Amino acid sequence: MFGKSDVIPGRRLTLGITLTYVSLFLFIPLAAFMLYASGMGFEKFFAAVTDWRNVHAYGVSFFCALTAGIINALFGLIIAWVLVRYDFRGKKIMDALIDLPFALPTAVAGIALTTLYAQNGLLGKIFYGIGIETAFSPIGITIALIFVGIPFVARSVQPVLKELDPQLEEAANLFGAGNWTIFSKIIFPELIEPLLTGFALAFARGIGEYGSVVFIAGNMPYETEIAPLMIMTKLEQFDYQSAAAIAIVMMILSLTILLGIHGWQARQLKRIGGVVGA
Amino acid sequence: MRESIWLKRTLIFLAASFLFVMLIMPLILVAKEALSKGVDFYFAALTDEFALKALWLTIEATILAVALNTIFGLASAWLLTKFDFRGKTFLGSLIDLPFAISPVVAGLFFIMLFGRMSPLYPLLQEYNLAIVFAVPGIILATVFVTFPFITRELVPVMESQGRSEEEAAATMGANGWTIFRRVTLPNIKWALGYGIVLCSARALGEFGAVSVVSGHIRGKTNTLPLHIEILYNEYNFTAAFAVASVLVLLAIIILILRNLIENAGKASLQVSNLKAGVAND
Amino acid sequence: MIEVEVKNINKHFGNFKASDNVSFAIERGKLIGLLGPSGSGKTTILRMIAGLETPDSGEIFIGGRKVNDLPPGERGIGFLFQSYALFKHMTVFDNIAFGLTVQKKSDSEIKNRVEELAELIGLKDFTSRYPLQLSGGQRQRVAFARALAPNPELLLLDEPFAAIDAKVRQELRGWLKQTIHKLGITAIFVTHDQDEAVEVADEIIITNRGRVEQSGAPIEIYQSPKTPFVAKFIGESVQVPDYTIFKGFDEYEPREGILRPEFLEIGATIDEMPQPMPVTTERGIVRGTYFRGSVIQVDVEIKGQLLKGFRGLEQVPLHEGDEAFVFIHKIYGFDGDKTQVIENAAKRRESVII
Repeated sequence: MFGKSDVIPGRRLTLGITLTYVSLFLFIPLAAFMLYASGMGFEKFFAAVTDWRNVHAYGVSFFCALTAGIINALFGLIIAWVLVRYDFRGKKIMDALIDLPFALPTAVAGIALTTLYAQNGLLGKIFYGIGIETAFSPIGITIALIFVGIPFVARSVQPVLKELDPQLEEAANLFGAGNWTIFSKIIFPELIEPLLTGFALAFARGIGEYGSVVFIAGNMPYETEIAPLMIMTKLEQFDYQSAAAIAIVMMILSLTILLGIHGWQARQLKRIGGVVGA
Repeated sequence: MRESIWLKRTLIFLAASFLFVMLIMPLILVAKEALSKGVDFYFAALTDEFALKALWLTIEATILAVALNTIFGLASAWLLTKFDFRGKTFLGSLIDLPFAISPVVAGLFFIMLFGRMSPLYPLLQEYNLAIVFAVPGIILATVFVTFPFITRELVPVMESQGRSEEEAAATMGANGWTIFRRVTLPNIKWALGYGIVLCSARALGEFGAVSVVSGHIRGKTNTLPLHIEILYNEYNFTAAFAVASVLVLLAIIILILRNLIENAGKASLQVSNLKAGVAND
Repeated sequence: MIEVEVKNINKHFGNFKASDNVSFAIERGKLIGLLGPSGSGKTTILRMIAGLETPDSGEIFIGGRKVNDLPPGERGIGFLFQSYALFKHMTVFDNIAFGLTVQKKSDSEIKNRVEELAELIGLKDFTSRYPLQLSGGQRQRVAFARALAPNPELLLLDEPFAAIDAKVRQELRGWLKQTIHKLGITAIFVTHDQDEAVEVADEIIITNRGRVEQSGAPIEIYQSPKTPFVAKFIGESVQVPDYTIFKGFDEYEPREGILRPEFLEIGATIDEMPQPMPVTTERGIVRGTYFRGSVIQVDVEIKGQLLKGFRGLEQVPLHEGDEAFVFIHKIYGFDGDKTQVIENAAKRRESVII
């Protein structure tokens, strides 16, 4: 790694900057956290992790993020399809708008969605009218998570759909395949990978999301408390050990989702004879 | 594949109404609520002492985080694309790690590092250094959550450019700085701009991580998003939305910038391709 | 005078041996072709001379100076990349000027040199264009001018014609050869195309599996290949598992060998054969004929072995199934990793008589 003569200069400099930066902002904080967490003892850790109120909070985070991820996968696919395949007025605006959740601070989204979906809110009125409590309920949490997750699926499906070889469809057409057959047998299989990638990113983001959710959740114990909120609550009570324990559970959850998808992709690529890229 | 006009219309309608309800309506609502007590109240809320201080801190944290991440992004992308070494893939995934960590957990890292339970705490006390529940903590947390943005934008672009232009420059005796400034930078400027815009957007709006490390001290450790939370929790909704409207405006500017950069990048590529297509021997 | 000398170079990429004890020397002012199949290590050698790769062991000299520890920019070389590696965002002028600006030459000096080179490559009116606005052949010439601008002692070209259309390639080959000779610069180019090497190079170095198989003038390599690989790689050929089955070659141990089409004399009648007809003339059956532009390729079967020969367009046409007379002038016989030229016994006897 060192002392090799390179043609392009800058190996030592960029390696130095990169390692310093990664150490300062990633390793050292992570190590401090690990050090602290490892000092707490298994019993304490186990008690904090399995505390029913916390378990309920992981559950809320997990299922709301999962539901939001699925809804985003469906709409993300439709949005990507519409943007790639059709021409219509306002297409450019729609394309730009998709990234709004990346650009809009989550707290702003949080208060706006809460007001919209509250009992006397513009949309809340409609939902409460048919007996659906949209604010201060898991449904509200899911709505907030749908908001933050919108760009993920659409943005990962869009380029793949755009690059799809039109000759594949033409070939299928020549065999007399109908629209549904072409979509389900030719196009959709190509989209599974970006769809799952986008879904996993949205799902993982949803589990960790805090800003947009706290306002609409209502934060009622055993009902609408989410895992990140539990960390905040424990911190406010100076119960750092429990906060660390919950954080570990959350990290394991999101890493499992992301690594799971990565592993699945690697297997798929192997199956179809592709090469797993770096 | 030729879809029927009705299928096409239904799908466009579905996509448009979904985005309208989920994205446009919240924006309209922010504007409506912000102005619900009149223009005077609106501007009073914006020019409030704490709002201005929060705005200033937000800008400070954003500029610092973006500046640091730009240097890091350029260095790490150069390292990852211009050289081969063992552990390269690992380093790449490591840089992506902050994307997989909840901002609240990221904030917690810094509490564990500099807070009361940290082995560093006595040392910090001795020199009277406050990091968490103070401005440095906010900056650290912001840097952490925006860590991968610029590297992520640069690496694929630099990967696809290859190394031969830089090698060619090196065979002619150019030094590292000359190669970077005259050969590499013009090739990656749009990707860099794109990364900076995304990084700024995230830094401006970061809530979870900053919330953990800030301690919510008014006029001292509040960023704009945290200020909104305080106003909202005090039932001062109109002021909260007034401040939120500033962030909405910034978000829209960011989206426009993002698109301009993307189009400029695409246009420069298309124009040259077009001309390349016309040219002949 | 020796311009470039490579001594006992070894280079591994992981388990792959790209250079296996490579040594050669190149005279000043010569245009050298490094020829070999892909993966034979020719580009690696070129890149090591340029300093773009570092050898595991061995020495490299340019102009009598050991350059192993010098960075590419201080070796006095110009390098032409296979993809040209032109700076996309710089004009033709700035591309050619790059090496000179790095050397902090004065503006007027740069301007003169760039104009001189633009004239040389025939792109005087294109200096304000960008690389993507040029055709492949024009880009190659710009890359050539860029490499020449700082007056290198040695010009290295990596597959210089690979990315160009067949028609333009033919033109550029001639142009490049003339221009390099006119400038009197030493140049090494890498190619996998034997026609290109034979046509352009003063001397050819043939590489295979990281080793130098043979070097010398193209005609010398063509006429006396030293190894089975060179015999097979250069020119068209048919390989036979045992050439002693043919008349005139039967006094040897059974051995593998190859026959070039021009080693065969194929006659439709006795009249077309050398007179008097040698006793070692074979009879064969025509299995196929192919029009090859300036000649007709005739595939003829002798003793179960399919051989390939040429006949002129003006000669009586042969058809599939016809009987033909075949005289084999010579064969390249393989002996381990050596090749020897074996003449037909009839010719040897004749020469004894004379």
